[in-house]
Amino acid sequence: MWEQIRSNQIRSAVLVIGMGALLFVIGYFLGLYFFDSGIGGLLIAIALWLIMTLVGYFQGDSILLASAGAKKIKHDDHPRLYNIVEEMRIASGLPKTPDIYIIDDPSLNAFATGRDPNKAAVAITSGLLQQLNRDELQGVMAHEISHIKNRDVLLMAMTSVLLGAIVMLSWYGSRIMIFGGGGSRRNSSSGGAAQGIIMIVSLLLMILAPIFAQLIYFAISRKREYLADASAAMYTRYPEGLASALEKLGASSGQLKSANQATAPMYIVNPFRKKGKAATDLSSTHPPISERIRILRSMGGGASYIDYEKAYKQVHKSKGSVIPASAMSLAGDLLQPVSRASAVDNPGRLERTRETSDVMWKLSDYKTIECSCGTKLRIPPHFSEKSIQCPHCGQKHVL
Amino acid sequence: MEIVLWVLLGIVVLLLLFYVFTYNGLVRLRNQVKNAWAQIDVQLKRRYDLIPNLMETVKGYMKHERETLEAVTNARNLAQKISDSGAAARSKAEGELSSALSRLLAVAENYPDLKANQNFLALQEELASTENKISFSRQFYNDSVLNYNNKIQMFPSNIVAGMSGFKIGEFFEVTTINEREAPKVSFS
Repeated sequence: MWEQIRSNQIRSAVLVIGMGALLFVIGYFLGLYFFDSGIGGLLIAIALWLIMTLVGYFQGDSILLASAGAKKIKHDDHPRLYNIVEEMRIASGLPKTPDIYIIDDPSLNAFATGRDPNKAAVAITSGLLQQLNRDELQGVMAHEISHIKNRDVLLMAMTSVLLGAIVMLSWYGSRIMIFGGGGSRRNSSSGGAAQGIIMIVSLLLMILAPIFAQLIYFAISRKREYLADASAAMYTRYPEGLASALEKLGASSGQLKSANQATAPMYIVNPFRKKGKAATDLSSTHPPISERIRILRSMGGGASYIDYEKAYKQVHKSKGSVIPASAMSLAGDLLQPVSRASAVDNPGRLERTRETSDVMWKLSDYKTIECSCGTKLRIPPHFSEKSIQCPHCGQKHVL
Repeated sequence: MEIVLWVLLGIVVLLLLFYVFTYNGLVRLRNQVKNAWAQIDVQLKRRYDLIPNLMETVKGYMKHERETLEAVTNARNLAQKISDSGAAARSKAEGELSSALSRLLAVAENYPDLKANQNFLALQEELASTENKISFSRQFYNDSVLNYNNKIQMFPSNIVAGMSGFKIGEFFEVTTINEREAPKVSFS
C-alpha cells in the first residue's frame, strides 16, 4: 500500500506537471497574442491557477459537501453506517475515521473528499443508504476509503483545478480572439507573418488543449476507479459486496442534482450516467459499471490485487494493467478471509427506509415522538406549542 | 584522474542515499506493524467493555440460559485477566470468548421479546461490528507484516535489512474452532 501510494505520487506529479505545462503554454501564447508579451500571459495563467488551487486545496471539501447539501452524522444517528466506515478505516489502516455525511437525495451515489487522510470525509445519498444491505454498504465504503487512502481525492481535486483553469483560459481567450479582435495586434508593425503564426498556434492550442486535458483527466480518473475497486475487494476480502452494490447502482439512472462536471470523478459511479449509454466511452470519468461488476465477479474467490489484475485481463482480454507494478508484490496471497458477522440481522429494505428517513428528520432538527398507537409525530424545530395531539388516536403529548 | 574520483564519489553518495531511504522505509513498515498490533488490542478491549452491558440487557429475558450467560462472563473475565500474557494463550482465550458470544447470540434467536428490545438490537449491532473490527484489525496486521517481510526479503532492500538487523514479523494465526479455515501460507 505504501509503495503504491509512492508510485501514485510520482505518477500524479508527472500528470500535474504535464497539465500545468499545457496551461502555461496557453498563457504564454495568449500573452504573446494580446499584449506582445508571453511572460505577461504566463503570469496571468499562473495567478489564475494559484488562486484556484488555493481555494480548491483549503475549501474544496467544504464547498463540495456544502453544495451537495450533505449533513454530518455521529455514531448514534446511524450506528450501522458509522460502524462500517470504522471497520473499513481499520482494514485500510487509515489513521483517523473520516467524517461521515448523508446527502438527502433519492438518487444512488457516494463520494469521498478531503485533501489528506487526516482530514477526509465520506458521503452517501440517503437513497443509496436505503438500498444497500450491510455487505454492499461495506463494499461501497471500502471503495470510498480507498480513494482517501490512495490520495485520489487530492490528485483529482488538483487536476480538476488545472483542467478548469485551462478550459477557462481557452474559452475566454478564443472568444476574445474571434469576436473582440486582438489588442496589440494592430499596433505592432513588425512581421505580419510571425503574428499570423502566433495567431494560428494560439487558436489551435485553445481548441485542442481543453480536449486534451480532459482526456488525460478522464483516463486517470478511470484508472483510479479500477484501483479503488481493487483496494475495496482487498479491504473487505469480499468482492461480491461491492459487485452487488454496483449492480444496484447500475440499475438506477437518477442523476444527482448537486453534482457537476468538476466533482464527478469523486463519486462512486458517474452522477450523470444515463441508462443504456454506450459501454466504453473515452469521455467518461468512470469505467462502465457492468465491466466493473464483471471484473469483481471474475476474481475467483480471491481478493488480492493479483486476483483483481488477473480478472481485469480476463475481462478485457488485454495486457493492460490497472494496478501499479510496485503495488503488486505486496498484495500477496490472501492471508485470511474475515469471518463475516452472520449473526447480525440484516435489516430489510422497509426497515432501512424507515431508519434512513428517521435519520434525515433528526438531522433536520425535527423531534420525533412515538405515540402509543404506533404513530410517529415529527415536531418541527420552531414548534412553539407546549403540547401536541396525536392525529390518529387523540392522545396528548407534552413537549 | 579527477573524473574517476568524481564518479566514485557520486557512486558512494548514491549508495548512501539508497541506504538511508531503504532504512527509513523499513523503520516505517516496522512501526506500521507495531501500530497494527496495538490496534487489535484496542478492539479487544472494546469488546470487554461491551459485554457487561449486554449481560445487563439480556439477563431479564434469558433466565433459563444461566450456563450460556456464565460462559460469556467467565470467558470475558479470563481473557481480560491474561491480556498481558503471551500471544498464544491470549488468542485462545479470545477465541473462546468469541464462540461463547456467538452461542449467546444464537440462543437469543429463541426469545422474540428480547429481539424486539431496542437496547438489545443496538448492542447486537455493536457486538457484531466489534467482531468485524477485531477481524479487520488482524487482517490489517497481517497485511502489514506481509508488506514488511516482503521488503526484508526482496532484493535490494534485503541487503539493508540484513546489515541493520531487521527481523521478519510474525503472522497472526487464527486458532478458534468456529472461524473459517484459512489457507495456510508458508514462508520457507
